[in-house]
Amino acid sequence: MTPRRKRLVAVLAIVAGVGAAAALAMLAFRDNLLYFYNPTQILAGDAPSGRQFRIGGMVTEGSVQRMPGSLEVRFVVTDYRNSIPVRYEGLLPDLFREGQGVVAHGRIGSSGEFVANEVLAKHDENYMPPEVAESLHTPTPTRVSE
Amino acid sequence: MIPELGHFALILALLLSSAQAVFGLGGAARGNAAWLAAASSAVVGQFVFVTLAFGALTWSFVQRDFSVLYVATNSHSELPTFFRIAAVWGAHEGSLLLWSLCLAGWTLAVVAGSKSLEAPFRGRVLGILGIVSIGFQLFMLMTSNPFARLIPAAPEGLDLNPLLQDFALAVHPPILYLGYVGFSVAFAFACATLIEGRLDAAWARWTRPWTLAAWSFLTIGIALGSWWAYYELGWGGWWFWDPVENASFMPWLAGTALIHCLAVTEKRGLFKSWTLLLAVSAFSLSLLGTFLVRSGVLISVHAFATDPARGAYILAFLAVAIGGALLLYAWRAPRLASSAAFELTSRESFLLLNNAFLVAALSLILLGTLYPLFMDALELGKVTVGAPWFNLMFLVPMLPLVALLGVGMHAAWKRGVLGSVKARLWTAAACAIAGGVLIGALAYADVRPMAMLGFALALWVMLSSLLIPFGRLRARQTLPAAVIGMVIAHFGVGLTTLGITGVQSFKVEKDFALAVGEAASVGGYDFRFSALRDARGPNFTGVEAEFVVSRAGEEIAVLRPQKRLYNSGGNPMTEAGIEVGPARDLFVALGENLGQGRWSVRLQYKPLIRYIWLGAILIALGGAVAGLDRRYRKPVPARISDTVAASVP
Repeated sequence: MTPRRKRLVAVLAIVAGVGAAAALAMLAFRDNLLYFYNPTQILAGDAPSGRQFRIGGMVTEGSVQRMPGSLEVRFVVTDYRNSIPVRYEGLLPDLFREGQGVVAHGRIGSSGEFVANEVLAKHDENYMPPEVAESLHTPTPTRVSE
Repeated sequence: MIPELGHFALILALLLSSAQAVFGLGGAARGNAAWLAAASSAVVGQFVFVTLAFGALTWSFVQRDFSVLYVATNSHSELPTFFRIAAVWGAHEGSLLLWSLCLAGWTLAVVAGSKSLEAPFRGRVLGILGIVSIGFQLFMLMTSNPFARLIPAAPEGLDLNPLLQDFALAVHPPILYLGYVGFSVAFAFACATLIEGRLDAAWARWTRPWTLAAWSFLTIGIALGSWWAYYELGWGGWWFWDPVENASFMPWLAGTALIHCLAVTEKRGLFKSWTLLLAVSAFSLSLLGTFLVRSGVLISVHAFATDPARGAYILAFLAVAIGGALLLYAWRAPRLASSAAFELTSRESFLLLNNAFLVAALSLILLGTLYPLFMDALELGKVTVGAPWFNLMFLVPMLPLVALLGVGMHAAWKRGVLGSVKARLWTAAACAIAGGVLIGALAYADVRPMAMLGFALALWVMLSSLLIPFGRLRARQTLPAAVIGMVIAHFGVGLTTLGITGVQSFKVEKDFALAVGEAASVGGYDFRFSALRDARGPNFTGVEAEFVVSRAGEEIAVLRPQKRLYNSGGNPMTEAGIEVGPARDLFVALGENLGQGRWSVRLQYKPLIRYIWLGAILIALGGAVAGLDRRYRKPVPARISDTVAASVP
């Protein structure tokens, strides 16, 4: 091969490699991107029904209910306009509390409640997940259209 | 009084950094020897004053001076002395001061260790380090002064975040920062080279030990962070692909590519402009990491600073530092053409592939980390990229990288001849595949193809590494430190691969609701909840559970996880009980009281997890050993004979 052909092959190989990697990355994004919704958006039907997403807001005071002696826990997440009940089975993070911000991963269950498979802990008890803070402080487009 | 002295020392340090930058770069441009000497003196002065500032802040913490805002927010009168000292870098302001101290320390080391460099080149290196230093000290003085007073003084401090009250806080940030900041030396060397427009083998020989040192620190720092997350923060997870973890891992990947690329530049005078770009990138990614952590721009558990002024400053600083360096690169790098031929199976080719895969991994992580930011900026919704995406995408470049590593380290320069090693490599590969399949099939209850592949790759890299000293000793060849270091580090890569494969394939994590006297079984081990009692520490109270772990009726360990409530208030904290072993870790974390005498507990079985960190220690050790090779300490000849670069008018 002439040096010129060699270089051409090398360039083509790099383009093909980068292209394949990018395509694979984007394809994998489809299944692994978690979108964030607040209760108002969920009740307006914005959230996907068949797949996982993230919910965030404040844990309503007095809403945390334990089934005594079991790992199952229910609580209500609110953005102060609308609320959505959440069900979770497992260990709650240390920083989970009524009246504090929370983010949960999961999907909408059959009876309309959010079935969480992960409830997120945050490092700092004064810390609020940015998207929770934002969704509490700015009116969402959904609300404007109401 | 002392905090004011510290503040004053910081201002003086900023002035001296400016002097260092002006005299270093200006002296080199004008050929003024007195200016160049002044730049070196400024470095010493800067180091002294940053150390004084750091000492003043430490003193305020030790003395419980709650009239200093930063101390009042991050300390408490009951906090033990050890943690009061570690608390200096427990939050934003102090960790910046630590950053600055690390930079001053590295710069001082450059002054001490670069006597044989040409004076103008040295001046340029110091000048560029001075600019970086100005950036950070100005940032502190303008937006995040650690010495700001709180008047009237608080009667009591708010306390250090209980999660940070741990031995790891004392070691993880300083070592991580030494690594992060250490890449500034390679960055400064690269920028100085670009200004001068020439690059030779001596340059690569100079840059290698500095890069290796920084990279070794970064390796240990990341491993410590992972270990800390495992036992304290993460309920048994060891890597979360959290933006902050990614922020430290991306410079590590760039640094890994750089140390391999420097080998080619030194030995063969190839890949010159690519090496320079990597040197610029490694430090740029460190700066970007600092930006990601400090500005609170990303959804991250570490983002404790959410102040737009800080974000704007760092963004401007990033634009100047990274943008400036890249502009310089675009302008100058075309002069540094390198031309030499090499064959497809030569060591150069393997190192090129190594770089391609490492940069691919880095790009994927960068994409995953910044993607939510783009989506948010374009108002396409708020998303996070889940850990499964990173787990999957990271494997794509890593599997071929590790597979090729086993061959590449035996390849000869220039020509692709494996010679007598070929037969041994085939044997090693056969053993690795057989071993991997056997371990994957028999050692654990499940049979998983990915686990077999992982174990086979791990064994392959370890066996192949060991062939080098074995072959060399048999052929009565010398074994220089650089080669020993390479073997140790690559063996470490194999161990880490082994650990990751084991834990990711066969870990068991389960949550239970248990009362005293009840038991649960995980991974073939029985955990019996045998007792519950009160626990008390210097600044906390809580409960301690006792779990008797047994296997097939035989008692193995007693674990005592705790739930703590710190006296300063706040949320309860979990201290896990961990039984460490060469084959597996057993992990118990206590949740909360569920009522009816039951507690929620998380039981975990983590096979081979220790090898992840043991491998990382070997990787860092290998880097350190290689960096101590004698040829880096030989005086560098004047850069005439081996200059292969284009001349500068």
